[in-house]
Amino acid sequence: MSANKDLVVKDLKVHFGGGKKLLSGRKPTVHAVDGVSFTIPAGKTFGVVGESGSGKTTTALAIMRLVDITDGSVTLGDTQISALKKDELRAARSRFQIIFQDPFSSLDPRKRAGEIVRQPLDLMSIGTPSERAAAVSELFEQVGLRPEQQHLFPHQFSGGQRQRIGLARALSTRPDLIVCDEPVSALDVAIQAQILNLMSTLQKELGLTYLFISHDLGVVQHICDEIAVMYLGQIVEQADRVTLFKNPKHPYTKALLEAVPTVHGNKRDRSQRTRLHGDPPSPINLPKACRFASRCPRAESRCHNDIPPLEENDAGHKVACFFA
Amino acid sequence: MANSTPNHSASDAASDEIKVSHPFAEMVSMFFRNYAAVAGLLLLIAIILFVFVGPYFHPTDPFEMVWAPFSKPMEEGFVLGTDYLGRDLLAAMMVGGQVSMAIGLSAALISLFIGVTVGAFAGYYGGFIEEALMRFTEFFQVLPTLLFSMVIVALFGASLLTVTLAIGVVSWTAVARVTRSEFLRIRELEYVAAARSGSASDWYLIFKVILPNALPPIIVQANLMVGSAILFEAALSFLGLSDPNVMSWGQVIGSNRPYILDSGFTVAIPGFAIFLTVLAISLIGDGLNDALNPKLRQR
Amino acid sequence: MSSAIANDVPLLSVKDLVVDFKTRAGNARVLDHVSLDIKAGKILGIVGESGCGKSMTALSIMGLVPNPPGKITSGSISLNGRELTDLSEEQLCDVRGSEIGMIFQEPMTSLNPVFTVGEQIAESVRLHEKASKQAAMARAVDMLKAVDIPEPEIRARAYPHQLSGGMRQRVMIAMALACRPTLLIADEPTTALDATVQAQIFDLLQDLQRDTGTAIVLITHDMGAIAELADDVAVMYAGRIIETGSVSNVLSQPQHPYTQGLITCVPHLVPDPPIEREVLREIPGMVPALTNLGAGCAFEPRCEKAFARCKAEKPALLQISESQFGACWVLEEESA
Ligand SMILES: Nc1ncnc2c1ncn2[C@@H]1O[C@H](COP(=O)(O)OP(=O)(O)OP(=O)(O)O)[C@@H](O)[C@H]1O
Ligand SMILES: Nc1ncnc2c1ncn2[C@@H]1O[C@H](COP(=O)(O)OP(=O)(O)OP(=O)(O)O)[C@@H](O)[C@H]1O
Ligand code: SF4
Ligand SMILES: [Mg+2]
Ligand SMILES: [Mg+2]
Repeated sequence: MSANKDLVVKDLKVHFGGGKKLLSGRKPTVHAVDGVSFTIPAGKTFGVVGESGSGKTTTALAIMRLVDITDGSVTLGDTQISALKKDELRAARSRFQIIFQDPFSSLDPRKRAGEIVRQPLDLMSIGTPSERAAAVSELFEQVGLRPEQQHLFPHQFSGGQRQRIGLARALSTRPDLIVCDEPVSALDVAIQAQILNLMSTLQKELGLTYLFISHDLGVVQHICDEIAVMYLGQIVEQADRVTLFKNPKHPYTKALLEAVPTVHGNKRDRSQRTRLHGDPPSPINLPKACRFASRCPRAESRCHNDIPPLEENDAGHKVACFFA
Repeated sequence: MANSTPNHSASDAASDEIKVSHPFAEMVSMFFRNYAAVAGLLLLIAIILFVFVGPYFHPTDPFEMVWAPFSKPMEEGFVLGTDYLGRDLLAAMMVGGQVSMAIGLSAALISLFIGVTVGAFAGYYGGFIEEALMRFTEFFQVLPTLLFSMVIVALFGASLLTVTLAIGVVSWTAVARVTRSEFLRIRELEYVAAARSGSASDWYLIFKVILPNALPPIIVQANLMVGSAILFEAALSFLGLSDPNVMSWGQVIGSNRPYILDSGFTVAIPGFAIFLTVLAISLIGDGLNDALNPKLRQR
Repeated sequence: MSSAIANDVPLLSVKDLVVDFKTRAGNARVLDHVSLDIKAGKILGIVGESGCGKSMTALSIMGLVPNPPGKITSGSISLNGRELTDLSEEQLCDVRGSEIGMIFQEPMTSLNPVFTVGEQIAESVRLHEKASKQAAMARAVDMLKAVDIPEPEIRARAYPHQLSGGMRQRVMIAMALACRPTLLIADEPTTALDATVQAQIFDLLQDLQRDTGTAIVLITHDMGAIAELADDVAVMYAGRIIETGSVSNVLSQPQHPYTQGLITCVPHLVPDPPIEREVLREIPGMVPALTNLGAGCAFEPRCEKAFARCKAEKPALLQISESQFGACWVLEEESA
């Protein structure tokens, strides 16, 4: 095994639209992901949280090469994923896989569970057909399903079981990296715990690297080693899990953490929180300023005129705010 | 509401023994569980036997004048009576049916083939390819279809082949539109992205992932097409544009139409035959749709 | 109950409500002897896994159980001393909107895309009160202001799709409140909203309860939301209430194994996470189908404390303390 399996994302940009259509003129450019950089060491879990529409899913899809990358690079180990051409890309796909949020739309309703898990093996001709069959049975056991359930169709499973099938499919090619876009958001809390534990166990056994997207901060705190907070297409804060929750520095991160209701809270606590007002600006007309300034409780004139850079302190804690 | 299905089925999946049967056997058994579809299949078999085997038992030449015109069915020894030239209608129904069914089915297949191909590529690739293909489709759509097929037939001569091709070529646009809109919807779903990250090629995604899920409305459209192809052929032969030496249901209708007020049966009988054929095929299509849908294949 | 003091009479009282659904797989008892009380000006939280009957409880109170296939088989629902299950559809329609307001789970499907949000709020005012068009519109703008929508005069002229998810949900609340109901039912009002927007909606609900004394039934699957908003809580499982009581009691000393599981299987956000991570507690297995519940406790197949009796008989709600009830045979054994 080659030593280096880190994922390195450098200055990733994904812009949608902007192209011309034959008759309808120019479409406005959506700056979905606008200069995102991070590194995930092999075997670790990197969390991404942030406002809806801040570009979390788009980042995930870009790393998977499922949307076109406008600028920047994505490198897994020694392979620059962002530079691969059609056939090279298809061959390299075995090394990075994805699990989606919606357990209902992420499995082809017309294929059996076993076929779904086997599909990547067939498409990449990994092993002989009989080895593939054995691999599928083993994968089913690994994710806690019975091998004979291969013959059922997706609609015959519950949400949690479907998510296990998605996980088995992602594991089938023995990838180094699994991108998880809100893998437990659609599940009931009891089932969510089952899937999270399963993911942790598999990570330990197989040395997997996870990019883990979620809006549930409790889940992120539980499962991630390092966490990035995104706002309008950019990372505004990044730190290891202990530092980020103990010592959040960016006003958005603070507001986000305070917004989460917890069982330890009680009625009085709510009134003492800082409240955020308004909605984030649209990713089409971006201000030449701090993107959070319009909602920030601390904003001063400087915030409305300059862009705060993402700066790193000695402990590796990165923040993009003039007052951090 | 949406919760109810996964809940029930989930416990089914967990508790029941899982019987494994061959997918094809399962599909067949699903088809046969749809009684309407079975009725349709029986009806179609009956029609096929009637038109293809019937002539051995009733070998009258449908072009030969055998009796006085317009003798009513069951009178004078002619089961379905005679037409305006005194030709045996039963023989015309049998021999004509062969042609009508052949034209209906093959024209439908041709337009299905063109329509699905155009619609699939337009919907899958989007962008420039889509715009070009859809302009092309619109061009065919606004052409006066009858006129266009007349031109084809006039250019290449009125044979069975040209008539079939002409019908197929003018009627694929509806299929293309349906296919494209299904592709546009399905290509955005996550299971397509999942297959792509499982290294699926464009070809695999189009034909193995998206198309099977887009089938239901396409099958409905194909059913409609068999009927309209049979009727189209009738219209062409009415205009004298199909092969005059070939008998078809459409020909029977077309040639007897002037006398519809006096002797309606000469038009009603082939009309009814077309109706039955279309009915049988759409029942079968419905059953096929069920058989292909795993959600309905409950044990 | 007979000892209840006059001012302690609940605003809404649901007693032994049973709702059945006819399904292909047989009869599904979607609600099984559900009893709830809510006093004026209080917030009652209902929690439970998907499909346990939270929305159905709300729909029953509103008289909106889809019939067929559903039907209220037995039980009573009384609001301000008036029995709702006996009312005609017309009378119910009057109660809805004027006395009970509801915020539905999906805001996009409950707003009409072809009318402006102002028109829709005004319409629901005019449906229940005699008011001129202008007066109703003015009220609509007031309501939008009340739910913290910036520039309410302008937003009143917007169509639903022109608003963000959070704003749409606030419009729904404004609509539900337009006739000043005494009871507001909020069915998962913040699913699909961001944490920061969710906090805004919760603040709004809390202000409302404080300022106008509206009682609120808050349906959610988030124990945290219950902790911070509700006074009382009812935990549902497979159509039954298995634990209920004051929030402080139920959350700090959950008695039912399911409630205990629900609280411990969620990774809770804490300000200083431990360096070493523990394995999350799981509730094994999954929710049973409502069509083939056995004779015993519905939680029995997943319960680690289950014993012989659990398989045979359904436990009833047992009073544990002054303000806490639980339905579990273990509790019965302990108290006996
Ligand atoms: N195919 C597309 N074309 C145009 N804009 C898009 C497209 N996909 C996403 N966007 C836009 O890009 C931005 C980022 O979207 P993205 O889905 O990445 O957000 P997200 O952080 O995953 O949000 P959520 O938490 O709601 O899932 C949004 O403003 C979205 O509307
Ligand atoms: N029209 C229907 N026909 C049959 N069963 C139904 C119907 N509507 C709801 N149910 C069943 O009633 C039960 C309760 O549903 P309900 O919508 O109240 O659940 P819920 O607790 O609100 O779940 P969620 O958290 O997913 O909203 C479910 O098990 C569901 O399967
Ligand atoms: S009654 Fe029995 S099965 Fe049900 S929760 Fe209590 S201990 Fe568990
Ligand atoms: Mg997303
Ligand atoms: Mg609900």
